Amino acid sequence: MDVIRDFSLRAALAAGLLAAASAPLHAEDAPQIDSFSLDNGLQVVVIPDRRAPIVTHMLWYKVGSADEDPGKSGIAHFFEHLMFKGTANHGPGEFSARVAEVGGRENAFTSYDYTAYYQQVAPQVLPDMMAFEADRMTNLVLTEEVIAPERDVIIEERNSRVENDPGSLLSEEVSATLYQNHPYRIPVIGWMHEIEKLNRDDAIDFYRRYYAANNAVLVVAGDVDAASVRELAEATYGKVPRGPDLPPRVRPTEPEQNTRRTVTLVDERVGVPSFSKRWVVPSYTTGEGREAEALDLLAEVLGGGVRSRIYQELVVRRGIASSAMAYYQSTALDDTMFMVMGSPRGEATIADVEKAIDAEIAKIATDGVGEEELEKAKKRFVRSMIFARDEQDGMARIYGSTLTTGGTVEDIAGWPERIRAVTAGDVKAAAVRWLDERRAVAGYLLPKE
Amino acid sequence: MADRLSLALTTLLLALVLLVLPALAPARAAVKIQEVTSDGGVTAWLVEDYTVPIVAVRFAFTGGSVQDPAGKEGLSNLMTGLFDEGAGDLDADAFQERLDEVGAEMSFDARRDAVYGSMRMLAEEREAAFDLLRLAVTQPRFDAGPIERIRAQIVTGIQRDMRDPNVLGRDQFARALYGDHPYARRTDGTAESLAGLTAEDLRALHARTFARGNLSVAVVGAIDADALKVELDRVFGDLPAEPRLDPVEKARLNLAQEVRYAYPLPQATLQLVYPGLERDDPGFFAAFLMNHMLGGGTFSSRLFDEVREKRGLAYGVGSSLVTSDYSDMLVIGTSTRADRAQEALAVIRDVVREVADSGVSEEELARAKTYLVGAYAINNLDSSSSVARTLVELQKDKRGIDYIERRAALIEAVTLDEVKAAAQRLLTTEPAVLVIGPEGGEAAGAGKDG
Repeated sequence: MDVIRDFSLRAALAAGLLAAASAPLHAEDAPQIDSFSLDNGLQVVVIPDRRAPIVTHMLWYKVGSADEDPGKSGIAHFFEHLMFKGTANHGPGEFSARVAEVGGRENAFTSYDYTAYYQQVAPQVLPDMMAFEADRMTNLVLTEEVIAPERDVIIEERNSRVENDPGSLLSEEVSATLYQNHPYRIPVIGWMHEIEKLNRDDAIDFYRRYYAANNAVLVVAGDVDAASVRELAEATYGKVPRGPDLPPRVRPTEPEQNTRRTVTLVDERVGVPSFSKRWVVPSYTTGEGREAEALDLLAEVLGGGVRSRIYQELVVRRGIASSAMAYYQSTALDDTMFMVMGSPRGEATIADVEKAIDAEIAKIATDGVGEEELEKAKKRFVRSMIFARDEQDGMARIYGSTLTTGGTVEDIAGWPERIRAVTAGDVKAAAVRWLDERRAVAGYLLPKE
Repeated sequence: MADRLSLALTTLLLALVLLVLPALAPARAAVKIQEVTSDGGVTAWLVEDYTVPIVAVRFAFTGGSVQDPAGKEGLSNLMTGLFDEGAGDLDADAFQERLDEVGAEMSFDARRDAVYGSMRMLAEEREAAFDLLRLAVTQPRFDAGPIERIRAQIVTGIQRDMRDPNVLGRDQFARALYGDHPYARRTDGTAESLAGLTAEDLRALHARTFARGNLSVAVVGAIDADALKVELDRVFGDLPAEPRLDPVEKARLNLAQEVRYAYPLPQATLQLVYPGLERDDPGFFAAFLMNHMLGGGTFSSRLFDEVREKRGLAYGVGSSLVTSDYSDMLVIGTSTRADRAQEALAVIRDVVREVADSGVSEEELARAKTYLVGAYAINNLDSSSSVARTLVELQKDKRGIDYIERRAALIEAVTLDEVKAAAQRLLTTEPAVLVIGPEGGEAAGAGKDG
């Protein structure tokens, strides 16, 4: 039961996926992805991988923390926990017991735009998993007795992930400052004072509004074939009646941003200061043309790894930072976040690190990126796509997260071509347009001196 | 040898099916391990697969950070940070550029008992990638510039930890548990010990710990046995035949004590350390099953039920049986609301006492067996890297290439009495207990300010 971490998805997404037939690097044909919908609106994607007798079964709901009602932060994640508490047909823990019985692995996670439930089992057990998952889609039973202990559990989860970690505390409040109106400003796990008040009525209301076949995407990856999956899906999920149409997922948008803001946390537990700077930028869903791809490559060239601009300049050449990186949170239903961060080393200060990172961004805004540099970044993306095919649950996550944030299977297939088409001019333009110092939000994590 | 594993896996998975399901096409693929020995005598376990055009390599040199000389703690860890910072005639920049060009990812990791290396490469750049690996493994440059930079990065990490109560508490606990033994030390060393490390120290450690005699290798992906033999000799052939490892004594655990690290935090971290047993102990699998029922499962175990499910005391709670080269233990860990830490500790001790006094039920044992037999493939064989990691461990620990098949029978053979005996053997000793949290167990806001 996980609140999703930004970085895990970035790695998965940067891995892109399925190499399209035009990928020049290798002779292997990419496996055939099948996608179809059931009559009740459930979207299904099948990703075969026959190397080991394992199947990954994931059900994704198109609802996340950014869909929560004001004042009820944390309900999407709390509800994810409550989905394990039993239905009219199967007692609490019975689904998990069945997974454990066959040596399977299971978990669930909540993010801003989606909530996903998954199991990894031997293929012969897939029909059981579908039956259980389809069952709890509409037959969940929530008694008052399960609410309080589970609310205590998520409070401890918040304690361990946030309250016990100054970096996370700061990050939460930076997000709340970066987005001035959009619900991405609110942490997925919820604010402590609102979590404490969540109750059974909140949970049932949330369930009825969002948990329906026509609001979900099923992704099955591994030792399966599409025909069998379709048959099984019809026999299980197909029996769930279509729910009412949901209202369009329209969230409050950001107003025009005109200010540079800073957020500072001084904490006794901080041993080494660190710095971050963020901007609101288009996502793969909201970006026009190749804007999102350009931002993705900008993040790679600027701070994607040890060959990147800020790593080479700050860590290697000048020796003022112990770490320096850039990150683009590419998969989101609405406008998203681009971030740079770094930590000083030796005698250097946070101000030195900030100034140096700003200078690297300004260099790209003025002079652009090199053709060779850009080619290498593109090659790295395409290569990571090939590595991604090695992990069936990584592939499943890529499809699930894309399809629940306004993307399509075709978008995924077309990604390598769109990446290849990005020009140095596109990347420069993205830096100029989006990484504007005048509307950046900086976060400082400082030791108590 | 090649087919035994696939047959065994398919058989055991089919045996677990409690529902007859005609709809699915039968599983086609499974994991086949070949033992490959090069002309130069380097052995690797190979799983050949051409579905994804990559090769994953994983290897281990037994030794690890316990081999760091006294006063030079952190040497192994520093060394592992430098393998991609220049090798052969290629300086740091040239080496990394070349690695990027051939599309390979390489990493090294120093643990207490071994130094690990991994490489993932595109099949079509195999030879170039293996050649870079050869340089890194046999001719690391340990140039002054990279040493300073990597050292400084490590020191920054240590400085970061020095204000973190969770790290400091655990460090204090390790010292209390292990006393003088090298296991009490941090693998990354201290600012002081790192300051004194030189290129000569690095070369000396590399020369005596990287040898063919303490090497285990696993390779998974698009390469056949004959091609692999060539690469094994290319990469490892020039290493000395035998390592020169300092002898290390078995650690004597100082149990029956409580270590408190007082710090105002909203959440308290608890650890209980009980004696363990050696991997080769005839009672190992009974203890392994006992531990699983006690606190090993994700969503079901005695500890999960009592601490989290019934009482909501924690988000994470569990137990693990830890077998290292020089010590063994059973560790229970959790994080709870600080003002309920004493309650959580009491509940944990009750659960432990119950299992030690009354053992477990037949049903619990049957469920645990089914889970542990069936979960192996899913937990350990679900990607090329995961397979390679698993095979290196099995090889290094000398479990035998047929281990995965034998494992199921070893688990099935454990009886209820043996589980009870394991519980009495391990859980009736007074444990070492760590509590990181506020004095007196009250909840508190953390040291926030500003």
